[in-house]
Amino acid sequence: MNPEIDIRTAESEEKEPTAIRGFKYDLIRKRNQNGSLILLLQSAQESYGYIPEKAICYISELLSIPAADIYGVITFYSQFRLKPMGKNLIRVCEGTACHVNNAKALLECFRDELGISVGETSDDGLFSLQSVACLGCCSLAPVIMINDETHGNLDKTKLKKLLKAVREKELCACKRKEGAAAQ
Amino acid sequence: MKKIKVGLGTCGVSAGGEQIFNEIKRMISEKHIDADICETGCMGMCYEEPMIEVGDEDESFLYAKMSPDKIGRLVSEHLENNHPVHDWIIKDKDHFTESSFTDKQVRIVLRNCGEINPNSLDDYTGRRGYEAIMYVLNHYSPPDVIDIISKSGLRGRGGGGFPTGLKWRITNGVISGKKYIICNADEGDPGAFMDRSVLEGDPHSVIEGMMIGAYAIGADEGIIYARAEYPLAIKRLRTALNQLRTRGFLGKNIFGSDFSFDISIKEGAGAFVCGEETALIASVEGRRGIPRIRPPFPSQRGLWGKPTNINNVETFANVPWIILNGWEAFAALGTEKSKGTKVFALAGKIKRSGLVEVPMGITINEIVYDIGGGIKNNGKFKAVQMGGPSGGCIPASMGDLKIDYDEINSTGAIMGSGGLIVLDENSCMVDLARYFLNFTQLESCGKCTFCRIGTKRMLETLERITVGNGKPGDIEFLADLGNKIKRSSLCGLGQTAPNPVLTTINYFRDEYEAHLNKTCPAHLCPSLITYTISEENCKGCLLCKKACPTGAITGAKKVVHFIDQSLCIKCGKCFEVCNLDAVVLS
Repeated sequence: MNPEIDIRTAESEEKEPTAIRGFKYDLIRKRNQNGSLILLLQSAQESYGYIPEKAICYISELLSIPAADIYGVITFYSQFRLKPMGKNLIRVCEGTACHVNNAKALLECFRDELGISVGETSDDGLFSLQSVACLGCCSLAPVIMINDETHGNLDKTKLKKLLKAVREKELCACKRKEGAAAQ
Repeated sequence: MKKIKVGLGTCGVSAGGEQIFNEIKRMISEKHIDADICETGCMGMCYEEPMIEVGDEDESFLYAKMSPDKIGRLVSEHLENNHPVHDWIIKDKDHFTESSFTDKQVRIVLRNCGEINPNSLDDYTGRRGYEAIMYVLNHYSPPDVIDIISKSGLRGRGGGGFPTGLKWRITNGVISGKKYIICNADEGDPGAFMDRSVLEGDPHSVIEGMMIGAYAIGADEGIIYARAEYPLAIKRLRTALNQLRTRGFLGKNIFGSDFSFDISIKEGAGAFVCGEETALIASVEGRRGIPRIRPPFPSQRGLWGKPTNINNVETFANVPWIILNGWEAFAALGTEKSKGTKVFALAGKIKRSGLVEVPMGITINEIVYDIGGGIKNNGKFKAVQMGGPSGGCIPASMGDLKIDYDEINSTGAIMGSGGLIVLDENSCMVDLARYFLNFTQLESCGKCTFCRIGTKRMLETLERITVGNGKPGDIEFLADLGNKIKRSSLCGLGQTAPNPVLTTINYFRDEYEAHLNKTCPAHLCPSLITYTISEENCKGCLLCKKACPTGAITGAKKVVHFIDQSLCIKCGKCFEVCNLDAVVLS
């Protein structure tokens, strides 16, 4: 639980994507700021897509907060994830308006089509399903968000079409990649 | 020159507003049309999104339910040839063609929403923006400001309804070298989107309200605690704050006075309990958002141990208006103890859902029928749910109830932050109670035993009832435990968590009893319904047989079908596909 902190070595920074450098930059800049823990966890999640153990260790060391306390904060807030996510994040709104407009049918549809329930990632790694308390688009209920796009007024048929479209897009991208690799 | 405004709040964006915005922009530049296009916040009529307003100095036209394929005609007819396309217009020259959606509304908090470009400081100052804080700094002492707010009768719009003037007076009275003012924008109630719309549509009015509050209590640092689920609101707030710093409206010695003040944004990390004051403070300090015992109140010992004043978004947005128009004008609206207006997020089984601002004292029926246009698909109005998971259901028979903090409290519901969900006869009240309790049970921070374990036990009981395994005495058990949770919890979450259950038991006890007798009057709880095929209506068309995922339906062409109940999973697919009303739900 005490990995070497490599944030200041230029060599390791070169190998890492810019986003991860962003987290390390935040780490150094904000370590003395009061109450920066949640901020740093948000930064880590933005960089890695989730909060890996090493990020917890970095923060623990620099802020002198026990890793167990950090873990406690992570699990308290619904925003934080300790596992990597699928390629597409689907957020299903469970707001009151969506509930009374049959959002349950959408969850069933995800189970039928993708084989996943809330909190799970599909076997092909393409989809992760999350529920949120309310997306605030109550007039479009029931609503889901796929990545940053909101889709409203859904029913099972529309949702199936939508998922098919996303899947086909992914498949095309995959094929293109394979084609490029073959060439 | 024509000015085009496209509604780009979250609701507008998700209805496709951005594509429309880009399409018009492209056409204007392609055809060299002399017109100005800008984005604006939520216009309130979410049911008509995406919306566009086209206007010039004399008149303006409001287009509803636009789509990218309609833009070509709009641009060529209205923008190029000045012939408005009347087929799609719902409002011209300030006159609505069909609805009275706005007739009974009074817009104070939403005075600029949907009118101005939220990214433009000039748009806001053009509508008397920042005049209030300037006037306050030049003419009033902090106690004067507090007097005005007290006399106006403004009460906390976050749900509690604590008088804002009194809160400010208490914080003002504490002597300390450092004080904080916090804007609570952690709108966690499912079914509520008022604060989001205000922040997206008019961030400056909230900031100005905070500045006036800071001056009144003597704070020099402000924090806006916003939900991370509202990325657009946060983006617009950041833009607004940067503009203010550049202009010198924030920072040291604002407008040449002794008053120095700056604001930062803290993003929440997703916990409903953080709407509670002391939990919010813990979260800002980077800890788990767990409430603590009060006193000391945040006004005495808050953030980092310093006196802290926390108000809601909507409360702050009222403040500049009160200063500019006088407390008398504000106090003239509303009832004896509840003054001014309240913003509601109207949603659920209602024809016109959206953001509405009504004067206090209006009745629930007026909101549902006159503003909301009645129930979707001409259904029957059953109840409204107010206040989200902390609130309760008010039955249609009490539709003449006035919107007033104390009157609503007397029903067992609460005013709450402004979520107003309309329910029709297809809504099962037991299921709704279970839904809210599931939410509060998950969001309970775990500190108080009654809230942590009590809500779990209540949820288990409700789940048992909705699947038809309810026992005699369950209803009494729920009521008893609910009252105990209310009495033995530390914070608002636990003290109000049983409300949805207690109010539905109070007003819809017959539905609970029906569930104990294994029927669901709304035909919603899957375990308590059966699908059968009526021999009279079935023509043996095989549609339902094909649709059934489990093969529970037997029958041949032109022979009456039959559902094997042991195989039926009650998915309702046969019911959906049957054109002859032969599948009977009971």
